[in-house]
Amino acid sequence: MVHTSLDVVDEKISAMGKALVDQRELYLGLLYPTEDYKVYGYVTNSKVKFVMVVDSSNTALRDNEIRSMFRKLHNSYTDVMCNPFYNPGDRIQSRAFDSMVTSMMIQVC
Amino acid sequence: MEGLTLSDAEQKYYSDLFSYCDIESTKKVAANGRVLELFRAAQLPNDVVLQIMELCGATRLGYFGRSQFYIALKLVAVAQSGFPLRVESINTVKDLPLPRFVASKNEQESRHAASYSSDSENQGSYSGVIPPPPGRGQVKKGSVSHDTVQPRTSADQQEPASPVVSPQQSPPTSPHTWRKHSRHPSGGNSERPLAGPGPFWSPFGEAQSGSSAGDAVWSGHSPPPPQETWVSFADTPPTSTLLTMHPASVQDQTTVRTVASATTANEIRRQSSSYDDPWKITDEQRQYYVNQFKTIQPDLNGFIPGSAAKEFFTKSKLPILELSHIWELSDFDKDGALTLDEFCAAFHLVVARKNGYDLPEKLPESLMPKLIDLEDSADVGDQPGEVGYSGSPAEAPPSKSPSMPSLNQTWPELNQSSEQWETFSERSSSSQTLTQFDSNIAPADPDTAIVHPVPIRMTPSKIHMQEMELKRTGSDHTNPTSPLLVKPSDLSEESKINSSVKFASGNTVADGYSSSDSFTSDPEQIGNNVTHQRSHSGTSPDNTAPPPPPPRPQPSHSRSSSLDMNRTFAVTTGQQQAGVVAHPPAVPPRPQPSQAPGPVVHRPVDADGLITHTSTSPQQIPEQPNFADFSQFEVFAASNVNEEQDDEAEKHPDILPVEKASDSASSLRVAKTDSKIEEKTAASVPANVSKGTTPLAPPPKPVRRRLKSEDELRPEVDEHTQKTGVLAAVLASQPSIPRSVGKDKKAIQASIRRNKETNTVLARLNSELQQQLKDVLEERISLEVQLEQLRPFSHL
Repeated sequence: MVHTSLDVVDEKISAMGKALVDQRELYLGLLYPTEDYKVYGYVTNSKVKFVMVVDSSNTALRDNEIRSMFRKLHNSYTDVMCNPFYNPGDRIQSRAFDSMVTSMMIQVC
Repeated sequence: MEGLTLSDAEQKYYSDLFSYCDIESTKKVAANGRVLELFRAAQLPNDVVLQIMELCGATRLGYFGRSQFYIALKLVAVAQSGFPLRVESINTVKDLPLPRFVASKNEQESRHAASYSSDSENQGSYSGVIPPPPGRGQVKKGSVSHDTVQPRTSADQQEPASPVVSPQQSPPTSPHTWRKHSRHPSGGNSERPLAGPGPFWSPFGEAQSGSSAGDAVWSGHSPPPPQETWVSFADTPPTSTLLTMHPASVQDQTTVRTVASATTANEIRRQSSSYDDPWKITDEQRQYYVNQFKTIQPDLNGFIPGSAAKEFFTKSKLPILELSHIWELSDFDKDGALTLDEFCAAFHLVVARKNGYDLPEKLPESLMPKLIDLEDSADVGDQPGEVGYSGSPAEAPPSKSPSMPSLNQTWPELNQSSEQWETFSERSSSSQTLTQFDSNIAPADPDTAIVHPVPIRMTPSKIHMQEMELKRTGSDHTNPTSPLLVKPSDLSEESKINSSVKFASGNTVADGYSSSDSFTSDPEQIGNNVTHQRSHSGTSPDNTAPPPPPPRPQPSHSRSSSLDMNRTFAVTTGQQQAGVVAHPPAVPPRPQPSQAPGPVVHRPVDADGLITHTSTSPQQIPEQPNFADFSQFEVFAASNVNEEQDDEAEKHPDILPVEKASDSASSLRVAKTDSKIEEKTAASVPANVSKGTTPLAPPPKPVRRRLKSEDELRPEVDEHTQKTGVLAAVLASQPSIPRSVGKDKKAIQASIRRNKETNTVLARLNSELQQQLKDVLEERISLEVQLEQLRPFSHL
């Protein structure tokens, strides 16, 4: 399911002909509403993609909340990347990152 | 070796020390590790220790026999006394004081030394520590008994544990725990019969064994010595000295073993010195770190790039995950580079980890960067230096977080938060787009919405708003207050700009709502949003189409007179903005009904709601004035041309917005209730617009109706009453002009004159109200600031 959403992300990326300069454009919005989930995409300037899958029953999630969540995610991710010991592509094991993500998820639930 | 003559005291002391080092109870050979540790505790330079070892023959023999040990001890005493190390000096130096060793083990020794040489300091420290838990402390520091062997062994365990424990326990007690552990002699580091501080100890024990196992270099000797020294670290001054000694001893060990690389030795030293009360950095350690820093980056004020730091710390052979964690902890500003302080903290953590201490989840205070001040005090002593360290973090945060100077003081997180704040400023631009909220959002977050409007509005109070927003993140309660502030500011702005008032309010409201959205999810971002919004609103009513309603209706103010009013009010509004929060009395000129039409029409839906709300709120507040306004409108409507109506509308808006400010301040939620009013307003507005020259009769009527309904919503009408009275008088003075579309010119001109008079009156009233509003808002802001300061922050 995440893979299909990745395909959708690639579609959208290829659809955009111009460079993504505005962070707003990085937010791809609701990628693909399925029966149970909603998938939100977010791509960074370095083509790192964040995919967020949300349960559709969670109707309280507004678009702006998703955006802010992606923002926080992006910031935490850059913090993780700053660590020279972190190799891009590895599983992120940063405690700060994990705690941020957990708190974010708790906040919406 | 040359013959060694020892005094009785020396003999006893040396035998104690030897038994301490003689972990294997061979009575013949003192364990290298212990010896090295002991030597480290002697606080002698590494080369001196090396020399001593050489002289005593240990190097030659490869081990410390009793005689070698004794000679070495004697040489230590010689060196500590300042005499040159010579083989002859062993016997030639008279009245040599007993060698002093500073370290846990050394504590024992130092105790002895103290007892022998009146080292009161050590004794004092120990006595304080020992007496308490007799149970635990099998080793009574106060007592002269040498539980050297056991303490030594336990020290090993303790070391790993002590660092851990020390943080947990008060320093005085830590030694006891050490003792306890020492009591449980474990053949190796792995055994740790930890009781009491057990939990800490065991992990350390494991960690210790793990770390020791992991490090081939250290496994041999370092664990015990470092542990022992660490144990002593728990004690305050003596401990720290021990720690310093460890580096020396460690080095010696390294040299003796010929293992190593300077890195290893350094690491060993680091290990021993990493835990000082739990995380303090001793002077010697710090000096060591600084030297290492220099090897990478000659400029002490510069940075070590991430790659270089990575290489350096990889040499410590810690797992990448742990190094990654250490980096996370120590790179305070998350810039991918290490300053001197950050480097020292990282180094310290590596040493600690090497010694078996678990990494903390959060950077300890003593390791906070910005310890730059401490370097000066480093010479003063460990304690002072360390104290300075802990003190510096508090100072540092403020420096790191310019945006939140007062807030960052206590918190390391504050720094982060400040960073986040900074991040927000970056993101605020993007978040601005968020301002385009649906009006639905606003009602959902009344508080946030309230908050936002204020910041946006007031340019002068932006700083206040930011502070408020900052506080808001910390505490939600601020929101209620800030929203009020926000609202009034919005309203005031609105009032200021007749035509643009509505837009301003709409904008701010819209911004506020938008920001409120983001606020809920990310308060800080919202602040930024608001900030930006403020800039928008502050810049000009005309600009910032984005979220808020279409450009200020200035264009819509076709009325020439309205322009004047706008200017007049704009000035006042500007002044009031600072204090606009809940301006009870000032009801922003609602009237805008005539004005509103233009802006309202253009505004997007949300803005509409907001604007109407704002417009209605002012109307609501000064119900009386509104009525007055309306009557005015009626009067004007009767005889007015479009312009006149506009004037009235402008005047009213001026008054109403002020009132609205107070209204909105009181309750944003009113928006919901006002929705219906808004509808009416909107209806009236368009009606007004359409009417144009037609009298204001229709608009006033709806407005009046709205006012009535809004009266319920308006809590603060006190001041308004006064103003309304004035208005009423003014309006009453005006002859009721029937709304006749086709009045003849004369009547129109007369009505024009009357309208102008009313305008001036209203303008005066508006300025007065705005002034009041400003004052109240200022008070409010100061109170909120105080409140914020008193409240704890809750980040994100």
